[in-house]
Amino acid sequence: MKLPIRVILTAVVAGAALAACATKSTKPPVAQTAPQAAAQPENNGGKYTVESLDTDSCLRQRVVYFDFDKSEIKPEFQAQIACHAAYLRQFPGARVTLEGNADERGTREYNLGLGERRGNAVDSALVAAGASASQLNVVSYGEERPVCKEHNEACWQKNRRVDIVYTAKQ
Amino acid sequence: MTQRIFARLLAALVLMLTATTLLAQGLSGDVPTIDIKNGTASATPIAVIPFAFEGAGLPPDTDVAAVIGNDLNRCGQFRSLPKNDIVEYPTRGSEIKYPTWNLLKQAYILVGRQIENPGGDIRVEFELYDVAKQQQLLALAITGQRTGLRDVAHQIADLVYEKITGVRGAFWTRIAYVTATGTGNNIQYALMVADSDGYNPQTVVRSREPLLSPAWSPDGTKLAYVSFERGDSSIYIQEIATGAREVISARKGINGAPAFSPDGTRLAMTLSFAGHPNIYTMDLASHQLTQLTRGFAIDTEPKWMPDGQSLVFTSDRSGKPQLYQIPASGGAATRITFQGDYNANASIAWDGKHIAMVQGNGNVYRIAVLDKTTGDSKPISVGSLDDHPSYAPNGSMLLYTATEGPRDVLYAVSANGRVRQRLVLADGDVREPAWSPYRQRGQ
Repeated sequence: MKLPIRVILTAVVAGAALAACATKSTKPPVAQTAPQAAAQPENNGGKYTVESLDTDSCLRQRVVYFDFDKSEIKPEFQAQIACHAAYLRQFPGARVTLEGNADERGTREYNLGLGERRGNAVDSALVAAGASASQLNVVSYGEERPVCKEHNEACWQKNRRVDIVYTAKQ
Repeated sequence: MTQRIFARLLAALVLMLTATTLLAQGLSGDVPTIDIKNGTASATPIAVIPFAFEGAGLPPDTDVAAVIGNDLNRCGQFRSLPKNDIVEYPTRGSEIKYPTWNLLKQAYILVGRQIENPGGDIRVEFELYDVAKQQQLLALAITGQRTGLRDVAHQIADLVYEKITGVRGAFWTRIAYVTATGTGNNIQYALMVADSDGYNPQTVVRSREPLLSPAWSPDGTKLAYVSFERGDSSIYIQEIATGAREVISARKGINGAPAFSPDGTRLAMTLSFAGHPNIYTMDLASHQLTQLTRGFAIDTEPKWMPDGQSLVFTSDRSGKPQLYQIPASGGAATRITFQGDYNANASIAWDGKHIAMVQGNGNVYRIAVLDKTTGDSKPISVGSLDDHPSYAPNGSMLLYTATEGPRDVLYAVSANGRVRQRLVLADGDVREPAWSPYRQRGQ
């Protein structure tokens, strides 16, 4: 149950990152955050179905990005947090692992701490928005699971992230 | 010149590949390729003459003199005479013509021979001379098996090093490191142990999930490390010889950065089960935890001072990561780094005065050495994403990793930063080097 979701998500994220890396874009990832900002949580009144995880434009956003050495959640991710919190409230059996990650700069053990701090920040934000703490689990991978492996800011900002991974959908 | 070195390395490589143990490993990268980044004019010149073989059978595969010469070069304090500049081949003191070596400006000369014992063992006899004084400094013999002559050579290098510098040599030691090979979902991690020059790699543990932070027990028989094989981080202690291992901590959250106390009775670590990463020590007999640091900061990478009375760790309590020192019994922590935006992951030299660390300024991360008596720190690496320094037990050299293109590679650097040597140990990334304590015979 757990593995296929992770594999698919990783494949999607890795695919996106590969495409992004291949273009050697030096632009900030506006393209990635813009759809999220546009996607308002339209149906947080108990109207989600399990399929919404695959079809709803907001619920399909499952990566929260961070600034360097920071764990504050930026305003453009509030809509994403809100729709996942709404889904989790609607499906009390749903479970999520928040995988905290860091870019490669600095030491691996410190980055484990940083990844956890980011995971905890998303955890707190989801709980504040209505999810139950018992539905959430934080794991930090530090800098061990980069989605982009070049040594520049365009790549680093894709790695400073929390992946929202559903381990149970309902 | 470089071509000749390459040819010699290639020859060594071919010889090494004939060893069945290495064939069994199946990785072309398992034999280290070595390039010296820069020499140093102030290094002491020494002629290490090829050792003669005296026996009926074939000479051993190992070029003992070459292993010794490479060891001495790598530490930065010596410059061994290139093989092609050697014009005479004395194998004992009585054969040395001192004017020749004076002319070649050699301070010392090492000669020796390998004598085959009836049982097949090799007795390696060697003599060290001061060229200017025409005086014998060492005349000793070490016996080893044909397949163990690299060990014998490292021990000779240690004796030569100690005789000339007055400091115990650390060539006959081992290094632990993590390799990552493959990409995407096929990535494979392995915790490896090899000789200090990268030869004779052995796999300690393999995993599909990340491995981190190997740390040696003070007797050199065990490694503590972090594995993600259970999904989240856990700390293990594993006996190298038998592979037997024990889960030390698999609590909720981070279980990281293990470090054995100098007496081997305690393990310092980072645990976040209480909410935030803090430093703890565990009594290894009772598994009882003592919490050393508290608060909301990231406190991690604890390292013991050599006297075991205090630890140095990384904390971002002041905003960015810096090094702090705290008594082993707990109490107030004192900040010890004030130069550089980012100072983390200390490696403490045996004297307790020199502390190597990752120092970040802007986007450049290098290895720097803090002189604790003055508070000054100096960079000793030249990369931009350098990581994970680890001192040799005698403080003469360090290992660290550098990111070059898509790969993480291992470097050995002299403590003065003058000589750097890249050790290519695997097809993929090499990370997290940890230099072993001194070896004892039988290990």
